Amino acid sequence: MSAGAAIRRWRPPPFITNPWLRLAIYGGAALYLALALGTLEVNWARVSEGLVRGWAFVAAFGNPDFSSRWEEIYEGMVESLTMTVVSTVLGVALSLPVGLGAARNLAPLPVYMVCRGIIAVSRSFPEIIVAILFVKMFGFGPLAGMVTLAFATIGFMAKLLAEDLEDLDEAQVEAVRAAGASWPQLMVYAVQPQVLPRFIGLSVYRLDINFRESAVIGIVGAGGIGATLNTSFDRYEFGTSAAILILIILIVMAAEYSSGIIRKRLQ
Amino acid sequence: MLRVRGLTKTYRGGDKALDGVDLDVPRGQLMALIGPSGAGKSTLIRCVNRLVEPTAGAVVVDGAPVTGLGGGALRAARRRMGMIFQEYALVERLTVMENVLSGRLGYTGFWASWLRRFAQADVDEAFRLIERAGLGGMQDKRADQLSGGQRQRVGICRALIQNPALLLVDEPTASLDPKTSRQIMRLLVELCSERKLAAIVNIHDVALAQMFVQRIVGLRAGRIVFDGPPEALTTEVLTEIYGEEDWNVNRPAEDDGDEAPLAVTARLEAAR
Repeated sequence: MSAGAAIRRWRPPPFITNPWLRLAIYGGAALYLALALGTLEVNWARVSEGLVRGWAFVAAFGNPDFSSRWEEIYEGMVESLTMTVVSTVLGVALSLPVGLGAARNLAPLPVYMVCRGIIAVSRSFPEIIVAILFVKMFGFGPLAGMVTLAFATIGFMAKLLAEDLEDLDEAQVEAVRAAGASWPQLMVYAVQPQVLPRFIGLSVYRLDINFRESAVIGIVGAGGIGATLNTSFDRYEFGTSAAILILIILIVMAAEYSSGIIRKRLQ
Repeated sequence: MLRVRGLTKTYRGGDKALDGVDLDVPRGQLMALIGPSGAGKSTLIRCVNRLVEPTAGAVVVDGAPVTGLGGGALRAARRRMGMIFQEYALVERLTVMENVLSGRLGYTGFWASWLRRFAQADVDEAFRLIERAGLGGMQDKRADQLSGGQRQRVGICRALIQNPALLLVDEPTASLDPKTSRQIMRLLVELCSERKLAAIVNIHDVALAQMFVQRIVGLRAGRIVFDGPPEALTTEVLTEIYGEEDWNVNRPAEDDGDEAPLAVTARLEAAR
């Protein structure tokens, strides 16, 4: 209560308590950044040259050419969309058992290890590498692309589903179990209502990813619009490339917009 | 009705939650289980329906052993035990009707339950219970749209539609206001006497327990340290269960508990 009480200052405790260690870590990071930047060699003459070529490509967007290769563009698009839908449906269906098995609170340890393994394998290879492998196996064409995308979808969906499942509200599960429910009933009554809305939202999101990826893996011969796009680049038909890219952007936007609506409907 | 013998639960890590508990609850008796947090109250009722696996001891319900059962036999035994939870534990995204009918899952096949094709008798009983609990017309509301008191009523309906012989009630009023708490306790008492149910009610609010039950059991560190009628719960007994505290400070508020919230309100008003 005395008037001259000392002011008690307060600062949040530092993340790293030892001041020397803190200085060493922050200083070391700054030094590394400076050295790393120093090793980058930039050939400015090459960049200025490339800027002109790059600009020609961007300028083609102002003048996209839909008509001269319309047949190929249309076929590529239909093929890509088919690949996208089939691979998403297949991948999502297969990700359900893998995701259930990869949730530590629902699966016994051996099942958990196997399913986590599947997820790790599926996620550690980029789509383009998997596509090269499957093109070797199945030959050029959309089958290889479809298998690639389905394979990648399993890893993505199963991982996110498993994480959702591990965050389940145990009380709801316990309550349904206490009523004498069997394991499948537990899944349908206590688990499914908790994870379904997000699972559907993620499936729609994956649909949109798969469409974009179908354009990329086409470049290595896995069918779809990517093949058409690659051909147009090879022939320096930037007008056609621009047309294809614009269509891809429009379709991705449409998918984005509709997935937003679907997710809102599901809360 | 319920017979518990030498029930012991040691959690991984060596914490002994229950230490040789013997307990009998006859048909039609509402028994309150009191004790400090961590005394093993929740563990005890979860060991009875084996949501928690007891380390040792026996549980017998209606002459049939529950300990030692597995798979389908355990599920069949659980049907005879309704459970009511502290935070209601309703499936939030299901409707009131679906939550109530989930109490019949043990009696219903998988496909019928998945497609929500419950027996007409179950649906009739669900409607009857929903109305009895004062939730008439709310059957298609989602559980997350209800207030706390309404949710707990759904929880009670879900337990009762199992047609249980025994009710296990875990802190039914801990998340509710004083008035709703009393309404819920009153509903439990009425329903138990209507159906001649045995019930174990875990409860923190000693005054509320004294108001509604015929028998109180005090648990401390996994052992039963008191078992008797509410009147026998003296200051000494409370100290034995919970530890040293000036119990009489609360006594006036307990005697006419209805006044207590009003007195608090009056004090708040005066402080303005």
